[in-house]
Amino acid sequence: MRHTIAVLVKDYPGVLARVASLFTRRGFNIESLAVGHTEETGISRMTIVVKGDERVLEQITKQLNKLIDVIRVKDISPQNSVERELALIKVNTNSLPARSEIIQTVDIFRANIIDVNSQIVTIETTGTEDKINALIELLRPFGLKEVVRTGKIALSRGSGTTSGLKKQAG
Amino acid sequence: MRLTGAQIVVECLKKEGVKVIFGIPGGVIMPLYDVLYSETSIKHILTRHEQGAAHAADGYARATGKVGVCMATSGPGATNLVTGLANAHLDSIPLVAFTGQVSTSLIGTDAFQEVDISGITLPITKNNYVVRDVRDLARIIQEAFYIARTGRPGPVLIDLPKDIQLAQTEFKYPESISLNSYKPTFSGNVKQIKAAVQEIKNAKKPVIYAGGGVISSNASSELRDLALKANIPVTTTLMGLGSFPETHTLSLGMLGMHGTAYANYAISDADLIIALGVRFDDRITGKLDEFALKAKIIHIDIDPAEVGKNTLVNIPIIGDIKNILEKLNKYVLKKKETEWLNTIKDFKRKYPLKYINNEELKPQYIMETINKIAKDNTIIVTSVGQHQMWAAMHYQYTEPRSFISSGGLGTMGYGFPAAIGAKMGCPEKTVICISGDGSFQMNQQEIATAMNNNLAITVIIMNNGYLGMVRQWQELFFNKRYSETTLNGNPDFVKLVEAYGGTGIRVNKKQELYPALERAISLNRFVLIDCLIPKEENVFPMVAPGSPISKMIGVE
Repeated sequence: MRHTIAVLVKDYPGVLARVASLFTRRGFNIESLAVGHTEETGISRMTIVVKGDERVLEQITKQLNKLIDVIRVKDISPQNSVERELALIKVNTNSLPARSEIIQTVDIFRANIIDVNSQIVTIETTGTEDKINALIELLRPFGLKEVVRTGKIALSRGSGTTSGLKKQAG
Repeated sequence: MRLTGAQIVVECLKKEGVKVIFGIPGGVIMPLYDVLYSETSIKHILTRHEQGAAHAADGYARATGKVGVCMATSGPGATNLVTGLANAHLDSIPLVAFTGQVSTSLIGTDAFQEVDISGITLPITKNNYVVRDVRDLARIIQEAFYIARTGRPGPVLIDLPKDIQLAQTEFKYPESISLNSYKPTFSGNVKQIKAAVQEIKNAKKPVIYAGGGVISSNASSELRDLALKANIPVTTTLMGLGSFPETHTLSLGMLGMHGTAYANYAISDADLIIALGVRFDDRITGKLDEFALKAKIIHIDIDPAEVGKNTLVNIPIIGDIKNILEKLNKYVLKKKETEWLNTIKDFKRKYPLKYINNEELKPQYIMETINKIAKDNTIIVTSVGQHQMWAAMHYQYTEPRSFISSGGLGTMGYGFPAAIGAKMGCPEKTVICISGDGSFQMNQQEIATAMNNNLAITVIIMNNGYLGMVRQWQELFFNKRYSETTLNGNPDFVKLVEAYGGTGIRVNKKQELYPALERAISLNRFVLIDCLIPKEENVFPMVAPGSPISKMIGVE
């Protein structure tokens, strides 16, 4: 079972190392990790995708909460959230037919071409993980040169937020 | 008031009420030591190895309940603290460690004696800091002490670059702490407490399983009230020894791998376990799937992450044990002696703690003899191994903080420097360090520290010429193949201590023990008693690793 966890942390040097070290030490596997600033100065948000059953998730949440620099931890379930990932995909375009087929595919996916020359096109796409996977699979036959993905970020639906609530920990 | 970083450290230590620091100076921490040179209200104890300083600060903290403080320079000084920090971390002991660091401009350049001690100690500290701006220093120190002693206590490290120690700023001790990301739960949920009361009322075979958390929250008298009011037998972990008087009929002694047979039978037979400040560690539960199958579990702990970590818990109550037990005790109904207590009496009669007490100088006999001589204000400090288990089993602890030992990490060499710390914290108490010949040699350089500070500590070496606990496992589980457990080349410990100017006494025979102990305690100075015990004596009962705790070796 995969879970998406939002972790609000103080924007200090070493916080990422603390979180990463905790996952390694306790044997939890990170599938993806995205970090960036939030609406509040001095607070960053990590979106971590992890694999594990409810019990593992409970331990991860509790152990993360114990880190002094962690302000809040929240499990964001996919039913109640919007989630997106961004990917950049560099594809071979050796022949003209290939190029037009790629452009059609890009249009269908509402993706963008952000760099092009006679050998390659670079495509930018945003969406759910499944959408990005599908696009990559369709482009694979043309020859993928390079793929980079940001990892998932997520917000809960509606007016509820993760920030602003105090955590409790021992 | 404008002060240097080094002066700020010392001012903050005074504000925190620190009286004793253990440490060793070196290159980049010299500005701080220069301030300590003229400071009269803080005593610095110079150890001979930084590991000794960390363990001494730990022993000080366990004996007094205050935060222990140790100090070291950068690089090797800092890495030598690491074992001591890990030891304190696993046993939840409040420490603040200061390390020197190369100047901020040199950090990351592999400068002389530079290591990333913050990175190294990430998983073995409750929190750590690298001070990068002298204006943050006072706040960081205040936070460090607060974090170390509150919630689930633990060690905190502060890395002090040399230029930060020298930089000046206006000193103002923050009036209050604002840590929005750290708010330990203190009072337990009342609904949960009432649910626990109900379970206690319904239980036919309840057992209290008490650990180090009872001692760190100073909840011994509340534990006693609960046990006596509802007539519930109490077993403790190694870390919980002394939290309930072992002289009381409700005491079951210690449980687990080297627990008493009656404690292990009681917990295996119980229908309700009231777990107080414990971790359900593998040394306690044995085979986890077969641990306490018949019991519902109430788990009271300050650390939510401990609840449900190893076992499923029916009623978790998060918060300070003392606070929760005070409330719980109000609601708990008085109970008379039950059939269950008769069963326990039966267990005790059928399976007492025993050993073959012949003409030999048995380690169990040594502990029983110390138990007879020792006054109420005695602290027993141990290292790790067979001697530790004999000290835990064959001495009756009646007061909290009277037994100090390395539990979670199992650090050989812990005992002697910890005894130094305990004596510094409680000079009015009798401090007896029980060690093995293997453990003692891991920090025997601290004899100099004990001598230099006129510390009247009695060290008793249970000398069997082996790494005894490892040898016992080799005997039982590795076909008696004693691979590298024979300690050939041991020194003459009597001569060794005499070389430092201390008193050494050798005890070969059983009848020499009592006079040697009396002499040692009456001399009121550092004394080492080298007891030559039977070489292949084993610690029993014992639960083999991976077995359920109801299956013990050495119990018929």
